[in-house]
Amino acid sequence: MSKLKIPSEANTAAWFFLTPALVLIGVFFFLPVAASLLLSVTDFDLYGIANPGNTRFVGFENYSRLLRTPDFWQALKNTFYFAVVGGPLTIAVSLGAALLLSSKLVRFKSFFRTIYFTPFVTTLVAVAIVWKYLYHTRYGLFNYALGAIGIGPIDWLGDPHWAMPAIILMAVWKSFGYNMLIFIAGLQAIPEDLYDAAEIDGASAWRRFFSITLPMLAPTLVFVSVITMIGYFQLFAEPYVMTQGGPLRSTTSVVLLMYEEGFRWWRMGYAAAIAFVLFIVILLATLVQFRLQKERT
Amino acid sequence: MGREGEVVSQLLPGFEKAHPGIKVQVQQIPWSAAHEKLLTAYVGEATPDIAMLGNTWVPEFVALDALEPLDSRVAQSKELPKSDYFQGIWDTNTVDGVTYGIPWYVDTRVIFYRSDLLANAGCPQMPSTWAAWRQCMVQLKSKMNDHQYPLLIPITEWPPIVILGLQAGSPILRDDGRFGGFSQPQFMKGFDFYVSLFRDGLAPPFAGTEISNLYQEFERGNIAMYISGPWQIGEFTNRLPKNLQDKWMTATLPGVDGPGVSLAGGASLSLFRGSKHKTEAWQLMEYLSRPDVQVEFHKLTGDLPARRTAWNDPLLANNKYMKAFRDQLERAVPTPKVPEWEQIATKVFEHGERAVRGRQTPQQAMQALDRDVDVILDKRRFLMDRKAGK
Repeated sequence: MSKLKIPSEANTAAWFFLTPALVLIGVFFFLPVAASLLLSVTDFDLYGIANPGNTRFVGFENYSRLLRTPDFWQALKNTFYFAVVGGPLTIAVSLGAALLLSSKLVRFKSFFRTIYFTPFVTTLVAVAIVWKYLYHTRYGLFNYALGAIGIGPIDWLGDPHWAMPAIILMAVWKSFGYNMLIFIAGLQAIPEDLYDAAEIDGASAWRRFFSITLPMLAPTLVFVSVITMIGYFQLFAEPYVMTQGGPLRSTTSVVLLMYEEGFRWWRMGYAAAIAFVLFIVILLATLVQFRLQKERT
Repeated sequence: MGREGEVVSQLLPGFEKAHPGIKVQVQQIPWSAAHEKLLTAYVGEATPDIAMLGNTWVPEFVALDALEPLDSRVAQSKELPKSDYFQGIWDTNTVDGVTYGIPWYVDTRVIFYRSDLLANAGCPQMPSTWAAWRQCMVQLKSKMNDHQYPLLIPITEWPPIVILGLQAGSPILRDDGRFGGFSQPQFMKGFDFYVSLFRDGLAPPFAGTEISNLYQEFERGNIAMYISGPWQIGEFTNRLPKNLQDKWMTATLPGVDGPGVSLAGGASLSLFRGSKHKTEAWQLMEYLSRPDVQVEFHKLTGDLPARRTAWNDPLLANNKYMKAFRDQLERAVPTPKVPEWEQIATKVFEHGERAVRGRQTPQQAMQALDRDVDVILDKRRFLMDRKAGK
């Protein structure tokens, strides 16, 4: 790598132009993050709100207590369940939809694109309430449909085994439209002549998919999977609206746990510690994904 | 809040007529969001003049120093004779002897039962001691099949567990709320009784969700007794078929050796320290506490009035299902008045469930509960010790 020499006056100018952005990032990102890091080593709580003098410095006590709490491990397990099952499922569905809409055989493409994208732009809370009705054990559409083919009613949101799959199903429906659009863009960037050449060589549709589409889509795939995973690790609104974390805490996610500790019991210090642990978990998961991607190429 | 928030505006024209120049603004909040909203308002220094508080919230807002002490106002008021209020309910609004809320409506738990099934099993009256109650349940069970149970207590509710502990004389927490007292002998006496009901097949180990239609189960005789609150009177009246209407009744809770205590629940009206209109706000609190307004409020919501005078109204006095509530309110006691109570309460049933499901012995479950509760109360101990050291 050759070193670029930058004249010092250009350096000043650069700083001048960068300042607004740096100030904004500093005030709205680094400052709050530093403040919550500080918060996470105190026991700031309801008593602290009443009188800041009631707050103690507790070091890493919040963290060590968190790691000793079964509720936290349960929440972490639930969050991984959601991300590990829901993430790939979302990607598979959105890739499938993208391939379908890129096919030359399909008509009314923009119509379907709009339809598939609509769930993504609707309000999550409104959608969650509607889905709650769909999942209703007695009057819900799902059980009505299952009943028609002779499958007994499932207590979607009341049964600890079914609650998380129910939430995953809704989340996949809600978010696949966005990924689908990105995949469509990625697919359009693949040169058509590659397919033509493969077809002349007699490659089957499967072969073309695995040997051309997938490798050419790799960068898009990494982007989509990282973004989806980060979003899914922050699972909150779905269980908050639909199950309040139940039944038997089977849908309590890490963020929901943090919300409960912070805004229901007002243990802000403890909640801040949960936030940092989640941050580290997401960071690690992202690094692992990048690593896997690197190994492949 | 909730339904009360909707109907209170119908009571206000009377107040505004009597006090020209005062205009009342009501902000309705759903119950589920109210607690958070009030705390946020406190942090943002935007508290209302008056708010309805669930009476278990009072200690929390007192800890925040957000509420105005009301004792001198009560003493001077002609409208609010303290002696007219049920003592246990009034008591929920006092912290360290200072009053921070006026009971608005009250709530307690009693037994709803199938009088025909009990009579058939040889208990013409609902028993008033644990031993007789248990005996009655055993007799009921002997006439039932495997899927029928004398008593339903959802294991995801904390009130039944706490009520039995209170009946056995437990203070719930010990050392002035410094530690959990759940594994102490008194509470264990209540908890052992509770667990034995499940162990002996007198109550089913069901969470709330496993009973899809309580009224149907009651109608079919699958359940003969159920512990619940005043809202169920309306439900039982509307949902049970006509031929069953003279076959159910309410009764006060049995106790160890005689009629037992129950929980003092309900909501209070509190005046916020930050209010700029305390005199006017107090006038509104007086108005809403008037017996005739309380009866009117009962008509609109079904909520039970907090004053004995209001209970003399024929509407309440002539309702046979209400009598148990009227009697029980004389024996209603508060839950521990610590800000951490709501959090402790959720722990109670989590650990209770483990003992009911046989994963732990009752003693182990309550010891584990005490350990959790002691962690929750750590900050309270620190503050109390620091205060004592000063």
